[in-house]
Amino acid sequence: MTERELEMYFGPQHMGMVGNFGITLTVKGDRILKAKANPGYLHRGFEKLMELRTWTQNSPLVCRVNVMEPHSMEMVYSMAVEKLAGIKVPMRAKYIRTLTLELSRLASHLFGCWAYANMLGFDTVAQWAMYHRDLILDLFEDFTGGRVYPIYIWPGGVRRDLPDGFKEKALNVLHEIRSKISDYDATFFNNKLFYDRAKGIGKISQEEAKNLGGTGQILRGNGVESDIRKIEPYAAYDKIDFEIPTREGGDAYSRVWIIRDEMIQSVHIAMKCLEQMPEGSVYNKVPNPFKWKIPKGETYVRVESSRGELGLYMVSNGGDKPYRVHFRTPSYPHGLTILEKILVGENIADVGNIMISLYVTPPEIDR
Amino acid sequence: MGSENKSQKKTNDKPSALGPFKAIKFLFKKPKTLRYPFEEKEPSPRLRGFHLNDWDKCTGCGNCDDICPSQAITMVEIPEIKAEPGKKNERPRIDYGRCCYCGLCVDVCPTGSLRLSKDYLHIHFDPKTFTSFAKDEKSDSEHFLPEEEYSIFKANLSHRKQNNDGFVSDLKYSLFEPERVKMPHVPLDERKLSFIEEVIGYSREEAQIEAGRCLECKLCEDACPAHMKISDYIKAIYEDDAERSLKKIFEDNPLPSICGRICMKHCEDACSLSIRGESVAIRWLKRYTADQVDDFQKALRQKSAESTGKKVAVIGAGPGGLSVAYFLTLKGHKVVVFDSLPGGGGMMRMGPPAYRLPITSIDKDVEYIASLDVEFRFNTTVGEDITFEDILEGYDATYLGIGATSSRSTKVKNFEKCMLGLDFLRENKIGEGVKVGKETIVIGGGNVAMDVARESLRLQHIQHPNEKTVTKTVSLENWNEMPATEEEIEDSKDEGIEFNPAWGPKEVVLDDKGDVKGLLCKKVKKVFDDQGRFSPEFYEEKTTLLEGDMIIEAIGQGPDFSFIPKQLMDKLEFTERRKVKVDEGGQTSISRVFAGGDIVNLNLDAVTAIADAKTAAEGIDKLLKKTKR
Repeated sequence: MTERELEMYFGPQHMGMVGNFGITLTVKGDRILKAKANPGYLHRGFEKLMELRTWTQNSPLVCRVNVMEPHSMEMVYSMAVEKLAGIKVPMRAKYIRTLTLELSRLASHLFGCWAYANMLGFDTVAQWAMYHRDLILDLFEDFTGGRVYPIYIWPGGVRRDLPDGFKEKALNVLHEIRSKISDYDATFFNNKLFYDRAKGIGKISQEEAKNLGGTGQILRGNGVESDIRKIEPYAAYDKIDFEIPTREGGDAYSRVWIIRDEMIQSVHIAMKCLEQMPEGSVYNKVPNPFKWKIPKGETYVRVESSRGELGLYMVSNGGDKPYRVHFRTPSYPHGLTILEKILVGENIADVGNIMISLYVTPPEIDR
Repeated sequence: MGSENKSQKKTNDKPSALGPFKAIKFLFKKPKTLRYPFEEKEPSPRLRGFHLNDWDKCTGCGNCDDICPSQAITMVEIPEIKAEPGKKNERPRIDYGRCCYCGLCVDVCPTGSLRLSKDYLHIHFDPKTFTSFAKDEKSDSEHFLPEEEYSIFKANLSHRKQNNDGFVSDLKYSLFEPERVKMPHVPLDERKLSFIEEVIGYSREEAQIEAGRCLECKLCEDACPAHMKISDYIKAIYEDDAERSLKKIFEDNPLPSICGRICMKHCEDACSLSIRGESVAIRWLKRYTADQVDDFQKALRQKSAESTGKKVAVIGAGPGGLSVAYFLTLKGHKVVVFDSLPGGGGMMRMGPPAYRLPITSIDKDVEYIASLDVEFRFNTTVGEDITFEDILEGYDATYLGIGATSSRSTKVKNFEKCMLGLDFLRENKIGEGVKVGKETIVIGGGNVAMDVARESLRLQHIQHPNEKTVTKTVSLENWNEMPATEEEIEDSKDEGIEFNPAWGPKEVVLDDKGDVKGLLCKKVKKVFDDQGRFSPEFYEEKTTLLEGDMIIEAIGQGPDFSFIPKQLMDKLEFTERRKVKVDEGGQTSISRVFAGGDIVNLNLDAVTAIADAKTAAEGIDKLLKKTKR
């Protein structure tokens, strides 16, 4: 029997696919000859919608761009508005923002662990990750009022101060998660089966990763110490001592280990925030939502989301609504250019594996 | 944590096939999963769930509707609720198919009536039930159940828990600013010694910040007798366009300099921000606009319509008369205004002391109206210099804007030794001036009494420097009943005026030479009867003597119809409350004679007179267009 080339669709309905996303593969046998990303299933038109809503009304909207990590979206939007309008943020609010962002990173990484473990069949780990993520969602519910969509970080600071007794509760959760990392190691990160599945898969060189717009884990898993929190500190990151985990290798395995190390760092930063948090106000009032206009101007701001560099380009023409909004989401290059590049030559069975190791979330690609 | 942190980088991965068996220990632990619904999870106190709304507190302002980013809220008219100034009969209805539970509606609610609860379960087969009015246990006890009657199996929008507030409004984090920009005043010590205007006025920055507080709910516009386009002119101030603001004001009120200073501000009482904070300083913003534009003529560029050849006489150049002249002139009618005073403004000219309303501000408004080709005949008293019949004959229509210009007297023993309040004010503002005593007693608790007392205090400081002087007021009403505005009472107290509430005058006591020695007062039992009508009762035996060498009566004013001949006066109909009866066009029972202002309405203030004038102007215009000469 002769082998012939086949075109096959991987997703949007596929067990190994996370989110509404598809890849069109050209295969010969089990080998992938060509991969074409096939996004568009999740286009909700956020950038256009934001042009039709006032500066205040956009706050509940931006967080919906990325379900996994709404806080970074809120943060980047608030930063852009604050920069354009020249709004100052109180110090306590900066710390609360840092705390929120790190809890969010932790929740997002745990979600990522769930997705990866679940896809590879490590169901026990997946359940743990979901449980621990839920503990953080409980914290979000406590101080923001919403479990998934917090609408908490907004221009001028944060929406409400932390409730009484929050510090103790948060520290308990953080200790709980930190103490379970060794269990995660034993069952997942240091599991021989996982090692065999992930080592050497989805390799990309440092040079190529940089050229194709890789950020976050893609670069750090390639030995590059790249992190917006250090390069261009925002919120209170310049006041807190933390490390950027890096690793050599550039494969799925090293990228996942970066996520694991980052969880430890996030717990550390969150604890430091709770410890160092100053007293004071948390919100500087912005003008009344029906009259708020922002002077003409444009800006680009960026934060380190759990997936890499998240940027926002925003233009105001002096009106009560943004004139143009554009997100630079990390999953966009990761899920399109890099994915298409590194899938070539890989095995069909590893497509989902590689995609999740790139930490791609389709809602960020489509928006 | 620090050292652990550093070492973590070196803990390298050691893949092991046996490691995963460590997880077996979890087999012997209890599951973490919640067995819902048998195990319930208590939501956080701040959870954003379904809405709650206190219908009594809700004003129907509609800010929640305006802010909602997903257009889930609709304001619906509720026939059972009576609309009144500061309260609409609309209440928010929420579509939970659209609601995103962001809580912006809560943060923008000026009353704090709208909250989010900790309820989040809606189990129902009918999708229509997704839309519901936000209510709470106070307004809907049927569907909000106590803990013991509530069951999670029936949980839906009409089966909810009582006292289940979640995300609630907090002024510190609200989307509006509850406090107004402080109005700068002349320092107390300085203003007590002169008639300098007490309120300095907002600067441009201050006015813009203050204008920026307005939420544009327009409750104020319904409450304003003249229905001015308040939110529009405030928005224009916010956008730093004083001329546009002035144009908006002139649509309904041609006297911004006057009203911007002395208006009774029914609008501010209705302001939705006043419920938990301070209302927008609407009056001061109007004043800002009027002061900001130097030349009204240049800014407004108004032109009268083509002349209709009709002539209208206006008796009284008070706020009502001036407004009627303004509106009718714009419609092309020739207007002649008669007034006995030497300048325009009527009661505004002679009444409010210069520290509240300087003559220059009155003249600014009057001069603009005069520039529209309105003819003013000042120093002309109808009934003396020209008869009322002549006016009726010579003009196509006549407007009576005569106001309440004659002071009432207490008529107690020796009352003729007292001075009347309006005479006192008039003499000071546009006359020769009054010599005040060292111990003045003012009878009355209204705004005129406050004006008289504060003016007397200033005169005492000027005429008797370095001497001990005192001004006292006596009023039948107690502190809570006093009709003067709170702001006037507070200012009077600050300036050192002594109050004697709940005392009524019994007799003016004279000394041997026949000069005033003091006022004998009797204790008041009650001022109003059960129906709330004025009918004072006294304890005749409980008396006190207030010493003083001058007494001024300021207990109210009435109209003076003496210029109208008897046969016409008999034809003039009055209402039960002794007001001139007018139809919807402002016409009295005498044909072609229109009326408005204090002789018609019960508010007795300038802005209501302006509102009456606007109605009458429409009525006169309609009449004149109908009749051919």
